[in-house]
Amino acid sequence: MRKYWHVIKIGFENTLVYRVNFLLRAGFGLIPLLATIYLWRTVYGGQATPVGGYSLAGMISYYLLVTIVDTLTAVNEDDWQIAADIKDGNISQFLLKPINYLTYRLCLFFSGKIIFTVVSLVPVGIFVFCLRQYMVAPAGGWALVCFPLSTLLAALLQFFMSYTLALLAFWLLEVSTVIFMAFALEYLAGGHVFPLNILPPALEQALNCTPFPYVLFFPVSVYLGQVHGADLWRGLGLQAAWLVFFYLLARAVWRRGIRKYSAAGG
Amino acid sequence: MNAEPVKQISLPRRYAAIYGALWRNSVVREMGFKSNFLLWIVVELLWFALQLCFIGVVYLHTDHIATWTKWQVVLLVGASHFIQQLFQAVFLSNLVQFSELVRTGRLDFMLLLPMNTRFLVSLRVVDLGGFVNSISALAVMGYAARQLHLTPSAGQVLGFLCLCVAGILIHYSLMFLLTSVAFWTVRAQGIVWGYYSFFNVARLPDAAFKGFFKAFFTFAIPMLLVANVPAKLLLNQLRSPGPMLLLAGMGCACFVISELFWRFSLRHYTSASA
Repeated sequence: MRKYWHVIKIGFENTLVYRVNFLLRAGFGLIPLLATIYLWRTVYGGQATPVGGYSLAGMISYYLLVTIVDTLTAVNEDDWQIAADIKDGNISQFLLKPINYLTYRLCLFFSGKIIFTVVSLVPVGIFVFCLRQYMVAPAGGWALVCFPLSTLLAALLQFFMSYTLALLAFWLLEVSTVIFMAFALEYLAGGHVFPLNILPPALEQALNCTPFPYVLFFPVSVYLGQVHGADLWRGLGLQAAWLVFFYLLARAVWRRGIRKYSAAGG
Repeated sequence: MNAEPVKQISLPRRYAAIYGALWRNSVVREMGFKSNFLLWIVVELLWFALQLCFIGVVYLHTDHIATWTKWQVVLLVGASHFIQQLFQAVFLSNLVQFSELVRTGRLDFMLLLPMNTRFLVSLRVVDLGGFVNSISALAVMGYAARQLHLTPSAGQVLGFLCLCVAGILIHYSLMFLLTSVAFWTVRAQGIVWGYYSFFNVARLPDAAFKGFFKAFFTFAIPMLLVANVPAKLLLNQLRSPGPMLLLAGMGCACFVISELFWRFSLRHYTSASA
């Protein structure tokens, strides 16, 4: 176990180097967010009826929560680094040492996420503070307990999905196109662009059969109290099930990839 | 010793010849990775579709954003994508690679070449995929125009293209300005990617914004002009030539500022390599 603490420490040091980049990324990311919020405010200003059950404050809270959950859970550089490790032959050393590559990457992911969150705290904190009049409180006791749990599951799910995708580098020369395509899908079907429950019900139900809502939309809707009772437990269960599925998939893909791996360079 | 007489070529022709050679290089390079070339086009199509989905979903719940109707906004998103893709085709990959040129010291070599360094740094590589993607943007604009029963005159189309050039000049100048920061710190590579946030503002209808946000993105960073003015020209929404002159003026102003900062940075540049 000690060795993985070491990895986390290395992860802290490595990510701290990029703190300026993180700050810029978090800061710049707020510009389109603000634009989207203004756009919705104009839409609400022009009509009396709420959009799909959201009040204006509810809609703005939705986007603020998306930003918070995304800061806490999104995979930033990990997929690129994993793909590069495979392409450059860096994983050879992990095959020789008593260290598990998946655990190693998970440690790096968590240490990176902690640094990114701390750095983003300033711009995101100021932003949320400025819009605090629109920010609604968590929907209740259960929401308060289940929201952090669901956010943690979302972070792990994102990690295992990205990890599996990056392992395609064993077979493909260039994985960035695949990563960007998956990112676009996740962006839309995860609820980044708009809340999924303002879609026509049939479409929303179809999306719920995919893992995407569970990486972002589900934790946010837990906070907003849109799921309760049996639905809440079922949702958490499904989130955990997808997590296990992608964990097993990642392990299986890794085993096949290693067989194919020919340590170019290294 | 009789040296061969040096053939005098006019400056524009010399640069045109150089650009032709750079263009040929890019085509050869791209065709070396055909499947990758096609996959990148699919990636761009997906992100374009994503933006249109957002507009589609918003208009499921309302029939106007301020004064803009659905197909007007679709035309605007198309125009914005058209401008962005042409900018990407001609400039983007060059600007993204710039900090790498500084870090590796390759810039020093370019500074020694007997030509304008900014020209070389900005236009070295052509991204052909951008041209293909700009056609998809035109297709969406054409469809939106049909839904709106618009038949733009030849003058309008010509004006639209000129305004697009001004828009591309703004994107290029502002991003070049950000790129020049690499002279001062290589750490700030993320700045260039931050520019994508501005693209996101450029495709939204200007009437949705007011106050400081609108003023800032009109006069300081003129994102709300880049696509809105050309789109409004096609939509017959311009009542005076004011916005067009403003867009052209801002384009020139951005270019001049970026050139001044480039020269200032170059004077302070001490090579990266030992």
